[in-house]
Amino acid sequence: MAAITIEGVSKRFGAAMALEHLDLTVTDGEFVALLGPSGCGKTTLLRIIAGLETRSSGRVLIGDQDVSDLPPAKRGLAMVFQNYAVFPHLTVFENVAFGLRMQKRDEATIQRQVKRAADLLQIGPYLDRYPAKLSGGQRQRVAVARALAVEPAVLLMDEPLSNLDALLRLEMRAELKSVLKEAGTTTLYVTHDQTEAMGLADRIAVMYKGVIEQIDTPTRIYSKPSSTFVGGFVGSPPMNFLSMTASAGRLACAGFSMPLAHEGPVLLGFRGEDVALVKADQGLGFEVRVIEPMGSHLLLTGMVKGERVRVVAAPQAEIERGMTLGLQLDAARVVVMDTQTGKAL
Amino acid sequence: MPTSRWLPYMLIAPASVFLAVFFAVPLVQTIVLSFDGGTAGFLGNYQRMLNDLNFNVSIRNTFMLVLTVVPLQMMLAIGMGLMLQKMQKGRELVLWIWTIPLGVSDLAAGLVWLAILQNTGYLNTLLFHMGVIDSPTAWLNAETPVTLFIAVVVAEIWRSTAVVLVIIVAGLQLIPKEFGEAAEIFGAGRWQKFTRVTLPMLKPSLQSALILRTVLAFEVFAAVYAIGGRNIPVLVGEAYVWQRENQNYSVAAAYAVLIMVISLAATAVYLRLLREKPEAQA
Ligand SMILES: Nc1ncnc2c1ncn2[C@@H]1O[C@H](COP(=O)(O)OP(=O)(O)OP(=O)(O)O)[C@@H](O)[C@H]1O
Ligand SMILES: [Mg+2]
Repeated sequence: MAAITIEGVSKRFGAAMALEHLDLTVTDGEFVALLGPSGCGKTTLLRIIAGLETRSSGRVLIGDQDVSDLPPAKRGLAMVFQNYAVFPHLTVFENVAFGLRMQKRDEATIQRQVKRAADLLQIGPYLDRYPAKLSGGQRQRVAVARALAVEPAVLLMDEPLSNLDALLRLEMRAELKSVLKEAGTTTLYVTHDQTEAMGLADRIAVMYKGVIEQIDTPTRIYSKPSSTFVGGFVGSPPMNFLSMTASAGRLACAGFSMPLAHEGPVLLGFRGEDVALVKADQGLGFEVRVIEPMGSHLLLTGMVKGERVRVVAAPQAEIERGMTLGLQLDAARVVVMDTQTGKAL
Repeated sequence: MPTSRWLPYMLIAPASVFLAVFFAVPLVQTIVLSFDGGTAGFLGNYQRMLNDLNFNVSIRNTFMLVLTVVPLQMMLAIGMGLMLQKMQKGRELVLWIWTIPLGVSDLAAGLVWLAILQNTGYLNTLLFHMGVIDSPTAWLNAETPVTLFIAVVVAEIWRSTAVVLVIIVAGLQLIPKEFGEAAEIFGAGRWQKFTRVTLPMLKPSLQSALILRTVLAFEVFAAVYAIGGRNIPVLVGEAYVWQRENQNYSVAAAYAVLIMVISLAATAVYLRLLREKPEAQA
């Protein structure tokens, strides 16, 4: 009913391309997180969907309706701005009530919806205050409450929890997820925070240089990245890549071998926690250089055939700097990328 | 160190002395002079001022001019500012052109409009050639007070709207565009966006512009004098007449003090009416 469909949208700022023929579909009621490095065009995409920015080409549909040329108010969506845009001349209450007042809702509804949104975001005690008297995180929550109060069919959020402390963010995240699911709100959610994206989203869209590199479930984004960029960007530590050469239907080297219908140089990608640490003579030779105890695990940085690799070991593992271990890879959990294009084969 | 303690005072000393000599001293002298009524007593000059034939009419004209010119200017300037805001290219150029009248003295501005509106002026020539009128029409007589008044209003607006415009443009640029955008997203139409977001956020600039323009508008004189002579008496004009023609500096001083009091009162009213709630300041 209120799916977002973006078809071949491009955006040019002067000579620079911010979005390049981008396609994206968020189905009705779905929660899609938009993840990508700074400057990749996330805000630009949101602004084009909202109608705040003109597009150079392509079209935007909400539901079955082409909204490409409709003004923002006619698109039936709400938005949380990256810099909040909470009105300084209105109290917190009036800020949250703004959209409802514009819709000329009756006073009882306004009171009820504002209270609900305020309770959810825990800003109830500040309703009479002016935004100047609030902290950054509180202001950000006012911006989120303002968007939730109108109970939109489509919600666009640009890093809505970026300014909250870790604990509050965790709490808000869970609340948001349940409220939006319950209401069936179609949500596009921009974030820098991978765990946030993983935890919240039905699907994650990883964006890079104005295109969507991959859109998939959090699990598949993590374990089956479609490009070296996605593998390197998602996850901590990032995915490891080893240069290898495939020949005669196999990808093989000392300590590893798998069938592969490809000839020539490729990149073998694997996650640091998907390896089994074995004796040096049983797997890929791994020379330990740095050991970082992370509490729940040890993070080992070392070299495999002259390339840097990061792997995860059990916290009590008896490993010392300078040791050589063996890495045993599970062929079912690796990805193979084309060296030239960086795309999965 | 003593030098560092005194340095700030020494640095502002020249400006302070300048202000004291050329502003405070004449101000005090004027006030003293206005209360020096000679045989007529303490309020003698004010008495003469009040009994002056032209007093009531000059008060009325001045207030009518202020109350017509200032609101029109504010509306015009806000409209022009919003139009500039919408422009993508050439904004600087248009703003520059619109502010040209600022560089013209008020007397010169009055003379320009006199050249346009007098009997043999451009307006009559144009209307004659278009066949609207058969012979030159007088617009600026004592017999045509309405057109005379309108002419003065037009000249004043032409001359001094740019000051307001500059302040408002600066104020508009201080409002991040996301506020207007948020209003649009949440369903505000153009008018609602203007009244609910732009105007309230522009309040500090509006206040400055209003105070500046109103104070200056109460001192309106040169343009009025150039266009209407004494056919449209205003307060400063009367002060001028008492000073120059009647050679009575004391009554002129009384007028000057009255104008100052009116200006101060207007400023106080604006500051009060447009006061920002302290907690709402960004
Ligand atoms: N109004 C503009 N004029 C010119 N270039 C712009 C404009 N807005 C954005 N850009 C450029 O477009 C690109 C994408 O910007 P955008 O704001 O969408 O990035 P983002 O992904 O939201 O980054 P961040 O995570 O830092 O918020 C950037 O290179 C930016 O410099
Ligand atoms: Mg952004």
